[in-house]
Parts: sequence; C-alpha cells; structure tokens
Amino acid sequence: MKGRASTPISVQSRRPPFSVWDVVAVVLVLGVLVVLAEAGRGLAMPIDTLDTTPIGLDPGNLPGYAARTALRMLTALLLSLVFTFTYATLAARSRRAELVLVPLLDILQSVPILGFISVTIVFFMSLAPGRVLGAELAAVFAIFTSQAWNMAFSFYQSLRTVPDDLVEASRCFRFGAWMRFWRLDVPFAMPALIWNMMMSMSGGWFFVVASEAITVGDTTVTLPGIGSYIALAIAQRDLVAIAWAIGAMLVVITIFDQLLFRPLVAWADKFRFEQETGVPPPTSWFVTMVRGSRLVRMTAAPVAAAMRWSYRIAPKGRAAGHGKSRSSAGSVWADRAWAATVLFVVAVAVWQIALYVLSGVPLSEVATTVVLGLATMTRVFVLIAIASLVWVPIGIRIGLNPRLARIVQPIAQFLAAFPANLLFPIAVSGIVAFRLDPNIWLSPLMILGTQWYILFNVIAGATTIPSELRDVAANLKVRGWLWWRKVALPAVFPFYVTGAITASGGSWNASIVAEVASWGQNRLEAAGLGSYIAKATEAGDYHRVVLGIAVMSAFVVVINRTFWRPLYLYAERKFRLG
Amino acid sequence: MDNAVLLDVQGVRKTFPRPDGGELLVLDDVNLRIADGEIVGLLGRSGSGKSTLLRLIAGLSRPAGGRVSYLGTVVDGPPPGIAIVFQSFALFPWLTVLENVEIGLEALGLPQPETRRRALEAIDLIGLDGFESAYPRELSGGMRQRVGFARALVVHPNILLMDEPFSALDVLTAETVRTDFLDLWSDGKLPIKGVVLVTHNIEEAVQMCDRILLFSTNPGRIIGEIAVDLPQPRDRLDPSFRALVDRIYIAMTARQEEAQRHLARLDRLPGIGIDTILSEVSTNLLSGLLERLAGAPYNGSADLPVIASALHMEVDDLFPVAETLQMLRFVEIEGGDIKLTEAGTEFADAETDLRKQLFGRNLLLHVPLAGHIRRILDERTHHTAPKGRFLDELEDHMTPDAAEQTLRAVTSWARYGEAFAYDDQKQTFSLENPA
Repeated sequence: MKGRASTPISVQSRRPPFSVWDVVAVVLVLGVLVVLAEAGRGLAMPIDTLDTTPIGLDPGNLPGYAARTALRMLTALLLSLVFTFTYATLAARSRRAELVLVPLLDILQSVPILGFISVTIVFFMSLAPGRVLGAELAAVFAIFTSQAWNMAFSFYQSLRTVPDDLVEASRCFRFGAWMRFWRLDVPFAMPALIWNMMMSMSGGWFFVVASEAITVGDTTVTLPGIGSYIALAIAQRDLVAIAWAIGAMLVVITIFDQLLFRPLVAWADKFRFEQETGVPPPTSWFVTMVRGSRLVRMTAAPVAAAMRWSYRIAPKGRAAGHGKSRSSAGSVWADRAWAATVLFVVAVAVWQIALYVLSGVPLSEVATTVVLGLATMTRVFVLIAIASLVWVPIGIRIGLNPRLARIVQPIAQFLAAFPANLLFPIAVSGIVAFRLDPNIWLSPLMILGTQWYILFNVIAGATTIPSELRDVAANLKVRGWLWWRKVALPAVFPFYVTGAITASGGSWNASIVAEVASWGQNRLEAAGLGSYIAKATEAGDYHRVVLGIAVMSAFVVVINRTFWRPLYLYAERKFRLG
Repeated sequence: MDNAVLLDVQGVRKTFPRPDGGELLVLDDVNLRIADGEIVGLLGRSGSGKSTLLRLIAGLSRPAGGRVSYLGTVVDGPPPGIAIVFQSFALFPWLTVLENVEIGLEALGLPQPETRRRALEAIDLIGLDGFESAYPRELSGGMRQRVGFARALVVHPNILLMDEPFSALDVLTAETVRTDFLDLWSDGKLPIKGVVLVTHNIEEAVQMCDRILLFSTNPGRIIGEIAVDLPQPRDRLDPSFRALVDRIYIAMTARQEEAQRHLARLDRLPGIGIDTILSEVSTNLLSGLLERLAGAPYNGSADLPVIASALHMEVDDLFPVAETLQMLRFVEIEGGDIKLTEAGTEFADAETDLRKQLFGRNLLLHVPLAGHIRRILDERTHHTAPKGRFLDELEDHMTPDAAEQTLRAVTSWARYGEAFAYDDQKQTFSLENPA
C-alpha cells in the first residue's frame, strides 16, 4: 500500500495552482450569470412593456434578442429533459403505464406542433395575467413540444434495452431505484439521448421563429427575440434585416455547438456501450477546459458527494425485488379492468372533441379537410421522392469519400438546424414576380428544411459500407447501374429510410407555415390542410383548428403505421450490415 | 458441521411460463449445501439450468418450489453477503476500474474514505495496480475479469458465485486468472467463505472444486456428486487428475446415451419425437469431426477427453457435435468413447455431392423434426409451409428461444443435405431450391 494511495489523483500534483482554463471558466460563468439576470428582469415586467418597447430592426438590438431566444430554447430543453426522465421512466417501469404512455407519445410525435401554439397561448396567458411571464411560458411550451417527444422516446427505448447482465449486477450489489437510475439507466441512455437533444435543438429553431410573434384572433403577442425580429423584417420587406437575423442565428447555433453539444458529445463518448469502434473519439476544447480547470473540479466534488449521499438516504424500495418478472397470472383481471378504463377515457375524449368540433363546423367540412389532407399528402410524398432522387446519389458519392464527408456532414447538419422559414420571403417574391401557381411552387418550401435529414443519413450510411465490400465490387468489376442496384443502394437503404421518416414528419409540420406564406403585403396560399390550419389560427377559429389538427394527426399516424414503419422493419431485417 | 452451513438449497424447482399458458420445467428437485471453506462446482451442459440455479441463490429470481436459505434465513431478493462474477464481466463501461470496484460499496452507503481504501485494497489484491483510471474498453478480457473479481470481493461477501467466469477468455488467459484466484484462495487471502462455480469445462471443475455436482439437461437435475480430494495445486497431467476427468466424461455421456435410447424408442412411431431440442451445430464441424475420427491416429475410434483436448474443445463445444452425429447415426458413443459407424466411415471417405446425399438421407431418417417437415411439404399440393406452423408445434414442448434454435438447426442441416429449402424473407419452408 505504500505510496499508492494517491495513484489515481497523482497527475494533479504537478499542476500550477491556477491554469489558463480556470480563467476561461470564470469568464464563462460570469457571462452566463449576467445573461440570466438580464433575462430574469424581463420576465417580471408587465405585458404592456412589450407594446411600449416595440421590436426594432436596428442590428444593435440583435445580441439582446438572440440571448432571449437562446434562453427560451435552453429552458425548453431543460423542461424536455425533466419530462423525458419522468415520462419515459414511468413508461419503462410500469407495464400498465406503458400501455397508455407509449402510444400517446407516438401520437404526440405526429401532432402538428404549429397547430398547438394557438390553443395553448390563451391558457398560458391566463396563468400569469398581465405579465410577460405568461407569453414567455407559451413560447417556451411551443418550443418544448417540438423537442420533448423524440427525447422521451429515445430514453424509453434505452431503458428497455439496458443489458441484462448490468441489471443483474446492479441488483446483486443492491442498488436502490434512485441509484440505479443515475448510475445505470441514465449513463446507458446518454449517447442516444444527447444525439436526440441535438436533433431537438435543431428542430426547435423552426418553432422559435413561429412562436415568438403570434397572432391568435385579436390577441397579438410579440416577445423580444430573433423570431419577432424576423417577423417584423418580413412585414417591412427588409432584406438587410433578414440577413442580420440569419447572421445572429449562425452565431447562436455556433455557440450552442461549441459550448453545449460538442462538449456533451465528447463527454458522452465514455458512455458508449460498444467496446471498440475504430473511429477516433470526439474532442472538444470546452471539455478539455472542464477537465483542466481546478475550479470546475472543486465545484463538481460537492455535487458528486451530494449524489452519493442521496443514494444512501433514498429508500431501497422495490429495486431489490424482481424487476423483470412484470407479469403474473393473478393480475390478468386487473389488466383487463385497466384496459377497459383506458378505452373508456379515450372514447369519452374522442366524443368530446367531436362534439366541440361539430358545434362550430358543419359535418360536410370534415370531408373537405380530408380532401385537403390528401392534397398535402401528395405534396409531401412527391417532394420526398424528388429530394431522394437528388440527395441519395449525391449522399452516397460524398459518403464514399471520407475527406469530403468530414466537410459536408456538419454542413448538412447545420442546414437541417437552419429554420427554412427564413427563406420563405425570397421564395414568395420569386413566385409573385414570375406569376407562378402557388399550389405547385409553394410546396418546395415544405421540404426546404427537412431534406437535409435524407442527405446526412445517406452520407452516414455510405461511410459505414465496409471497404472490403467496395473492394470486392471493384474486383468483380461491378460497375454502373449494377453497382448502384446491388451494392450502394441496399447498403444505405436502412439509413435512407430513417432520414426519410424524419423528413416526412417534418414536412407535414412545415406545411402549416409553408402553404401560406407572405412577404410584406404579398400573400400566397396553396390549397391544403396546412393552409387550412394556418387560416383558422389567424381567424381565432378554434373549432376549425382542432379539426385540422385532428385530421392531420390521423393522416400522419396512419401513414407511419401503414407505410414508414413496415418499410423501416423491412430495411432493418434485410439490409442492415453486420 | 451444521452451524457451518452457509447455504442450503432444498427441493428447488424452477419453471418458466410457456406462451400457451403451460409451464416449462427447467430445474427439478435440486438439493445442495455449501459449507464453510468449500468450492462447489455445478457442472453441466448449456440448458441444464445451472445458471438459473445460481440466479436463484443470488436472489435474482424466485424458485417455483422448495427454498433457498442463506445463513439460516430464506433468500428473498439479493441478500447482502452474496456477490457474483459474471461470464460477460458486466462491468459498467462508463466507470473506470476504480469506480467499478467502488460502486458496490457506494451502494452499501459506506463513507467515501473507507470506500476508496477498500477499493484500492481489492485492486491491489487482484493485481490491477496501475489500471485504476483505465476504462473497461481499454482492458483485455483477462484484465476485465480481474475487475469483475475485485468488484465482487470488495464487498467482503461470504459466498462468491461465479457464472462461467473464465469461458469468455482465451485458454491461456483463463488458466492464468484461474491459478491466480486459486493461489489467493489457498493462501486464505480472500475475504470469502465459500464459492459456487458454474462451468461446462470438466477440467476446470476438477482443477478448482472440492465437490462437483453433475447436472442433467431438460429438466436440470443433480445426477451425481463427485468429491475431489486431490491436493492443491493440482496438476492436469497427474494420472489421478486424468482418471477423474475420464470418470466425469463417462458419467455425463452415460446420461446422454440414456436420452438417445429414449429418442430411438420414439423414433419408430412416426409423427412424434419432435420434442428434442436440437443444437445449432455447423455442418462444417460435423464433417470436421468425422474426418478427424476417420484419419490417423484414431482410425475410427477415440477417447472423448483425448479428442476433445486434441481439438481444443470443451464439453459445451464437443458434446453437441458428438450428440448430433450420434443422432444422425454417423457415430456411436459408449463409455466415454466415440466410434464411427458404417455410414460415418462412408461419409468421411465420400466427395462433396455424395456426402450431401448421405447427410440428407440420414437427416430425414433419424431426425424426427426433419422427417416431419419433409412429410408435411410432400403432402401439401403447393409444397410450401409457413415457419410459424412448426414453431407453434415446437413451442408446446420447449421455450420460444429453444424452438427458434431447433428450427434454425434443422434448417441449416436440411439446406446442406438438400432435404428441403427455406426462404427467410417469406418465412416459409418449401421443396424447391432456386433453379
């Protein structure tokens, strides 16, 4: 034992008392505090201040706006995380809860979020009447609804696939439920969860633009932020201001990438479950700073101690019991009673929704919305097909060239994060100038932001084609169309399907803003379910909003169940390499 | 003696629910006592329920009948004082070696300084110094399993349960880790009182255990107990060591012959006898063993332990191959010897096409399930049948996993013997191969 007590920490003794990283850490912490204080002051203000200090297009305002927007997104992400940890854990732990929560999550994922906003804003305004806080809550909630579902789903799936031997080890060492959650479940789920957080954040930008400046009937709320700035710029046809806004957004996205996601990815690399991957581990200067800074370590130590203390005091509870044997013969009747209750509640809810809708909308209009839904569906499928024809060959080419892939991959991911609604004004002025048919030419806007999912998934797929397979193809002189048909396309197919599913879901959502677009006084409209919901929202006609959302959700759920999911399972079974 | 009993297993039964609502018996009437200072081996083939028994002892699952008691109290959930070493190591990949070892103590709620001190002691003891800050993925298999041992020992358990702890390691590494463990045990340096070792490796059992319990398969029962009185450290080449290994081989194959005779009886009645769980043995292994047996120095007959060590195969690898060959009537097994039959000799001498013919013929004649599938396909006008149909039939007799495995085994043999074809996309059996 001599001289060994310090082994794992001996590296520190040779360090100077303070490093450069300490200074960087202090500066960053102070910066965050200032931003938080500034934003917190804004929340308590009476709502009238929004009218007395209107949004200005002066680029000097942008840093402040950007900070407010970024803070909203972070808050929403935090709420999504809390939601994920509770909702998904409940679904994974209780069989009865699972019966309800998982299908519900599946449907929530399919509901067009943009339709939500108008319904919820009134509620949140009533929570904090006369305060900015209410409007802020509504905006945060809108962003939350765009972020939470896929995170919860990913966490749920991780919880269901925690390896048996690790579960047995943690039970054998008598972890309590609380300790198991933090030491086994969360670490195991971390890589997938972080990836989904990044996707959520990307998706969130789209909704920021739509959620900060909302008009519902005669209520208009304009919160200070990049979204409101853009809305004003569109109304005033100020292209320079739009360019400034895009610039500000780039900066914010870069900051998030450098200070949040890249560090998270680098840090989460240790939670990877596969033992070896040949890929060099991701790195981040921020993580280097955290690991190099003594201050950070000093702050982290009490947190770790507190967690250990919480494991000790947390009740051991049922975790020591028999986790996996979740069904027993005696509970069959209880299960049936539970299922009956759930069915009853669902039936009542459907009945209530139908009553509400029909009290304001004639029955014949339901048929109209279905026809409009078919129109939007045609657009989505045609656009996915066109985007696939364009991006699959390009993605494969890029993926097979590692150097090119390393450059293009982050760009594609950034483009997916970029809110495509910023580019709508340009499209609208083009359509007006050339007198094009909006029914056709507004459609591409739906896929503007979502096509990148196809591209970067295909690139990822092509990079995983083993070099041996490519060598064999070259050796056997498999070329031209035969090469595409037998080698490249099958190899990327599962990845392509994943990308296409995301793109399709995103496009349905985007239809609500894409089928009605305006630039100053020019207003264009395409016939479809998206424009139906958008118009009903503007008019404050909740009966039609609810009808539109319900029909669109039904479309998305049915298409997912009958088309995308079978296709995905088929692709997984037949084409997954290795 | 009685107060020194650490663990008492009495009349334990374990069943798993079948999809049709019935129950499948995996352990039946198991009695076992572990006294202070003993290493007891549970030796049996895969599927003999020995790992299931280990999980019952660890309190990870509950018996359907009988009881497990530890230090006089009935085990109901994982008791303190019993730790497991896993075959797959089961290390937390996101924790360093030190953190992995500490975590069991953290769960006990020990203060941080004591946790650190005891963890470092265990790491020291098990020979992991210098690896404290390494992550499991950076370690070799042998080092990972040492972490597994350190993590189990650090909580100072009374009983250490080992679930095939060396079988994921290569032969040489396994030997090193094994002897290191035995040295520590013999020197009394380990904070444990008794060990239960699950293994399918006969030599490992003889080398390590004071007592070996032999398990039968389907359902798992204890069919014999062999005391090992050889002094430690034991020499594998010592004649009395070899004699003991031979004795166990014979005991285990004797049980197998009995099962085979049982099967042969059913064989004569068409339509039944499909309830045997088949092992997925590759046809390459089957022909490989036949060729080896036919060639010098064996010339058609060999001692099982001898050919096993010549081929570097353990019981779990060798027995399924030998058993499948016996089922196909290519070999006979008696008293620890394996002999080529006439058909076996013919097969070993034949060229590829003839081999496939012989294999297909014997498969349809002697493997009831293959004959059954072929008969159904012959009877049907379009000569196809869905996989699910046979799966359902099999699941009346075995777990869904075993049914899948059995069907996979028979499919791969039928493909080799061209007895019938299978399309995995359509999940159907048929008589046609693509022309």
